[in-house]
Amino acid sequence: MTVESTAARKPRRSAGSKAGTTTGTKRATRKSAPRGEGEPIQLLTPEGKRVKNAEYDTYVEDVTPEDLRGLYRDMVLTRRFDAEATSLQRQGELGLWASLLGQEAAQIGSGRATREDDHVFPTYREHGVAWCRGVDPAKLLGMFRGVNNGGWDPNGNNFQLYTIVIGSQTLHATGYAMGVAMDGADSAVIAYFGDGASSQGDVSEAFNFAAVYNAPVVFFCQNNQWAISESNEKQTRVPLYQRAQGFGFPGVRVDGNDVLATLAVSRWALERARHGDGPSLIEAYTYRMGAHTTSDDPSRYRHDDERAAWEAKDPILRLRRHLEATHHADDAFFEELESESEALGKRVREAVRSMPDPDRHAIFENVYADGHALVDEERAQFAAYQASFADAEGV
Amino acid sequence: MAVEKMALAKAINESLRHALEADPKVLIMGEDVGKLGGVFRVTDGLQKDFGESRVIDTPLAESGIVGTAIGLALRGYRPVVEIQFDGFVFPAYDQIVTQLAKMHARALGTVRMPIVIRIPYGGGIGAVEHHSESPEALFAHVAGLKVVSPSNASDAYWMMRQAVRSDDPVIFFEPKRRYWDKADVDTEAVPGPLHKADVVREGSDLTLAAYGPMVKLCQEVAAAAGEEGRSLEVLDLRSISPIDFDTVQASVEKTGRLVVVHEAPVFFGSGAEIAARITERCFYHLEAPVLRVGGYHAPYPPARLEEEYLPDLDRVLDAVDRSLAY
Ligand SMILES: Cc1ncc(C[n+]2csc(CCOP(=O)(O)OP(=O)(O)O)c2C)c(N)n1
Repeated sequence: MTVESTAARKPRRSAGSKAGTTTGTKRATRKSAPRGEGEPIQLLTPEGKRVKNAEYDTYVEDVTPEDLRGLYRDMVLTRRFDAEATSLQRQGELGLWASLLGQEAAQIGSGRATREDDHVFPTYREHGVAWCRGVDPAKLLGMFRGVNNGGWDPNGNNFQLYTIVIGSQTLHATGYAMGVAMDGADSAVIAYFGDGASSQGDVSEAFNFAAVYNAPVVFFCQNNQWAISESNEKQTRVPLYQRAQGFGFPGVRVDGNDVLATLAVSRWALERARHGDGPSLIEAYTYRMGAHTTSDDPSRYRHDDERAAWEAKDPILRLRRHLEATHHADDAFFEELESESEALGKRVREAVRSMPDPDRHAIFENVYADGHALVDEERAQFAAYQASFADAEGV
Repeated sequence: MAVEKMALAKAINESLRHALEADPKVLIMGEDVGKLGGVFRVTDGLQKDFGESRVIDTPLAESGIVGTAIGLALRGYRPVVEIQFDGFVFPAYDQIVTQLAKMHARALGTVRMPIVIRIPYGGGIGAVEHHSESPEALFAHVAGLKVVSPSNASDAYWMMRQAVRSDDPVIFFEPKRRYWDKADVDTEAVPGPLHKADVVREGSDLTLAAYGPMVKLCQEVAAAAGEEGRSLEVLDLRSISPIDFDTVQASVEKTGRLVVVHEAPVFFGSGAEIAARITERCFYHLEAPVLRVGGYHAPYPPARLEEEYLPDLDRVLDAVDRSLAY
């Protein structure tokens, strides 16, 4: 890819902070694939300094100070939401929570790069991406509270249901993308998965299908260094982004704690997909700062100093430093955001506490779309059995 | 005698420790089994004591775990594989069903597959999707596999020792909601055969047959029924493939009534097999049709509804009443 080839690009949509407001430009004309060899692509240093990158700067040249504040806001609110969910779990309101702490930039950068008509296939930790897609955060909590096994309409925001079985969704994303291509549409598909998931056969199969059918899908691997207690070495002996090469499509490693870089790289990959150039793999190099889930005890397998080293690369802090150094945000902005965060926390808390338990008869709902005689029979037996208690209690 | 009170999870840990000590060919494999000691700590401390090449943290790939275990077994090792949760065994189902189960027969008996696949299973712990399932019937249906499930710490200890020694593949279902239940384990006792059912409570009016997590419930049911003057016999099947039908038959010939209890859906479940066989074997002894209590033909529900889905005291007592009413 040359710099000239990007100069002709139309101005891109802004990295606005409102979900679903982005409208993509026509496909880019670029053909070749920039890639990060070894050193991850970085546009913002941990100190918040903007560094130049000939290949990727063009993908964020339209990002205004307002957009930067929007990205910052997204990350802060997502982190606040996540913290609220963690404490709700501690208070017994949720059965389990998978925190995204530390992965905000990877999720917000990629999430904001998606267009309204793009389709997202998440795992169980993509709360920031859900936020970008306009999914009500409270909706994400239903399955963790145990009131449902999903909880939203995947077509409502083109944000599919969380997938717990590791790696399965990468195949769904690929199939979806094959369908997009067959339909002649120009939307893209993005599939999220972890470094651990990269070991699953399904993920390799997804890579191969995507390559063979030139499917418009972006594989977005958040390498947060750990798969529960297992570090990267237990999953791979080559840097993950290099896997793509063996399947015949490009792979890039990006600093996953740099929201500007993840935005740029995701835009590159999504536009390739829209342009008919097929799949790509992004490895967002990041860190899971908390436990795997609230049931996990990371002190058994990793040292605190590792976390401390990554804290210095915090995604939110680095954008804040940048906003402050460039005077793109003032105290009023940060204060307002603070109170907005508190309000979000409160709203989520109230939403969870008032979330009703499902009706017990819901067990038999939606088992089949066309109905099933056995389910009808068991539903009736169940109802009669429940009613027998009411009779016994004289209700 | 070496009797010690331990939790079921700890009993399996002790059993695996014994197996690793006794035979250098025994290996533990799975996700997070090393440093973390497994998400339920069943393998706690084993890697520390036996090293990373005996207690192997594998890539996150179930098909890979079972497939490589097959290769290791072909090479003379005895892998004990951990599947982290019931719902995650399916990526490995292909290897288990199409390869592991058939290897011995295909090689005309010349090849052995001494592999144990440990699967924490069942509900009742308020977990999220895919963490509460009871897929035992799916494995029991496959010839070439043995399927077992202990219900208490002592059996967990001894059945694991026997499973590791077995030259056949054993699917070892661990009732995760009983992991923390303690019982006396005599590590020097001489156990009965792996497939033998146990009469855990004698009775004369009706037989309750269960395995794994439902045995404790059935004992509670029998105690409650006892207060109402009914004498229930409780069987712990222990093994789901094969099933010790002789013990079930003997009990039913005595009581004339049978209720089978399991968490898995009733439809095409292990209870169906038991009902059919016992009807065949005990037709003239039965005072009532064999009844089944289990899950519904619906996906395992979200945690807040699992109490409605899982068999409980009332539902089993209800079936007991229905049987006795014939
Ligand atoms: C097929 C399957 N096996 C095991 C699990 C249990 N499990 C849940 S998350 C996880 C680790 C995943 O690590 P990674 O893919 O790196 O994603 P991360 O959680 O770090 O975001 C494991 C082993 C599962 N959900 N699915």
